[in-house]
Amino acid sequence: MAEKDIINPENLVYEKTKVMTDKVLHYCPGCGHGTAHRLLADVIDELGIQGDTIGVAPVGCSVLAYYYFDVDMQEAAHGRAPAVATGIKRVLPEKYVFTYQGDGDLAAIGTAETIHACNRGENILMVFINNGIYGMTGGQMAPTTLPGMKSSTSPRGRDVRTMGNPLKMTELVAQLEGTYYVTRQSVHTPANARKAKRALKKALEYQKLNKGTCFVEIVSNCPSGWKMTPVESNKWMEEHMFPFYPLGDIKVPEK
Amino acid sequence: MKGNEALAEAAIRAGADAYFGYPITPQSEVIEYLMRENPVDRTGMQVLQAESEVAAINMVYGAAGCGKRAITSSSSPGISLKMEGISYLAGAELPCVIVNVVRAGPGLGTIQPSQSDYFQAVKGGGHGDYKLIVLAPATVQESVDFVRLAFDLAFKYRNPVMILSDGIIGQMMEKVELFEQQPRIAEAEEWATVGKKPGKDSVIVTSLQLQSEEQEKVNLRLQAKYREVEKNEVRFETYQCEDAEYLFVAFGSCARITRKAMEMARNKGIRVGLMRPQTLYPFPAEELHRLAGQVRGILTVEMNAGQMVEDVRLAVNGVTGVGHFGRFGGMIPSPDEILNALEKQFIGG
Repeated sequence: MAEKDIINPENLVYEKTKVMTDKVLHYCPGCGHGTAHRLLADVIDELGIQGDTIGVAPVGCSVLAYYYFDVDMQEAAHGRAPAVATGIKRVLPEKYVFTYQGDGDLAAIGTAETIHACNRGENILMVFINNGIYGMTGGQMAPTTLPGMKSSTSPRGRDVRTMGNPLKMTELVAQLEGTYYVTRQSVHTPANARKAKRALKKALEYQKLNKGTCFVEIVSNCPSGWKMTPVESNKWMEEHMFPFYPLGDIKVPEK
Repeated sequence: MKGNEALAEAAIRAGADAYFGYPITPQSEVIEYLMRENPVDRTGMQVLQAESEVAAINMVYGAAGCGKRAITSSSSPGISLKMEGISYLAGAELPCVIVNVVRAGPGLGTIQPSQSDYFQAVKGGGHGDYKLIVLAPATVQESVDFVRLAFDLAFKYRNPVMILSDGIIGQMMEKVELFEQQPRIAEAEEWATVGKKPGKDSVIVTSLQLQSEEQEKVNLRLQAKYREVEKNEVRFETYQCEDAEYLFVAFGSCARITRKAMEMARNKGIRVGLMRPQTLYPFPAEELHRLAGQVRGILTVEMNAGQMVEDVRLAVNGVTGVGHFGRFGGMIPSPDEILNALEKQFIGG
């Protein structure tokens, strides 16, 4: 089939959502961010809430998320996205508000903001990209770096006796009264991506109900930071990350 | 009314959409008053006690980014914690009002009144080349009126405005005339994130630039804005400066004590005037320079170890002598002490 036939509207079975801009993603090849962006944008599109959604971009690899999501967005200081989102939601309670944060942002420097936004049950969606490393600054140890895992600030591997233990933020916030839906997903295979998309969709649908914080962790790879090929990094993620950060729902709304 | 409570009432009446704060002495009455008053029923104004000063200022950022009138208040150690957020607000050019009911430092210091945060308010405090518009009330009445003025200036220039009060004004009770209830903002400005409009570009609130060339453009734009502020918004009062041989310069509650010292001096036949800057940034440099030409010496009186005096010296630029008298650590100067300082430093008593 020639290219012009493929792009013929009659043959079109799948297209780029209008909730993503045409800007070229700056993410490294094989990184999960692109897929996660795409899924969230898809969900916003499907729910028809592009004009009613306000996103908060963090400091980290996704600092430029506002270039890619075609919705109104605010850039937050490092770790402060849940507080910024709180400010937005309190003055615009009818809008859909989400944060999109990495592990350093959400689980280290922004721990207090994360826990208290969840504890107050702020009616927002928090998307938590956990790849166990600081990608943007060049591969330093994150709060979620696994024991023994190497990074530029744990070059001999994370020694939990001196560097502390990886933090399971998602299990932690699930304990709080304020969270309504807490789940852990991945986007490294089509099947997982579909599941993650369903989770994101549910989370935004729940926001209409005003029942509390929805928290979606996406365990992701970081080929550059982990110094692996994309394929190797996905395999490593399955073998090492998933046993420590098991996929699946952690808290679901009571029927 | 008590200063802090009057200020809180003024925030409601100024049509504020949201207050975010964290308790700290000597300004906790602001959030206590708001929680008691529950303005959501009166005007729809939201009030939230945040988990930290850092969270509070970032909630202000979020609400301000939606084009709403957001306000927070704190006292010195709390304002230090907010400085990161204040820099981001200035960088993203978001309007908001930040109240600092100053107490003495450094560190935890004391809860007693002070003016030792002048540098932090006027010269930066947070990182980067930015300016806050800084209003210094001397009375409970002014701390009420300045809330409304602060919101007007914040939105006129898309810039954070700080009200630099102190523990005296926050805690004292005075008669006050409250202005009429102002409406809350009905329509969002086009820079506000309220949801993407069909056919329009999405709105982005950010202070990030990846290229130096672009960042410099932002800096130049900010500087041009600050020059406008300096041209248009200088506010001050002068007392008995016409025939003055000497001049006091003081702001806030300290200016009221200094005015008493001025009267005592005049009773002794020493012709002293007083200049009281109401805006610390922009500083009334031009008028001060003019006055400097007619007097034999200027004494800056502050409840700190000498902060505003640096701006006074810059404005005076050597035209006449400039001295400083300060009490600090929560100590309040008496009019006697101030007069003695003037005589000792300039008259040779």
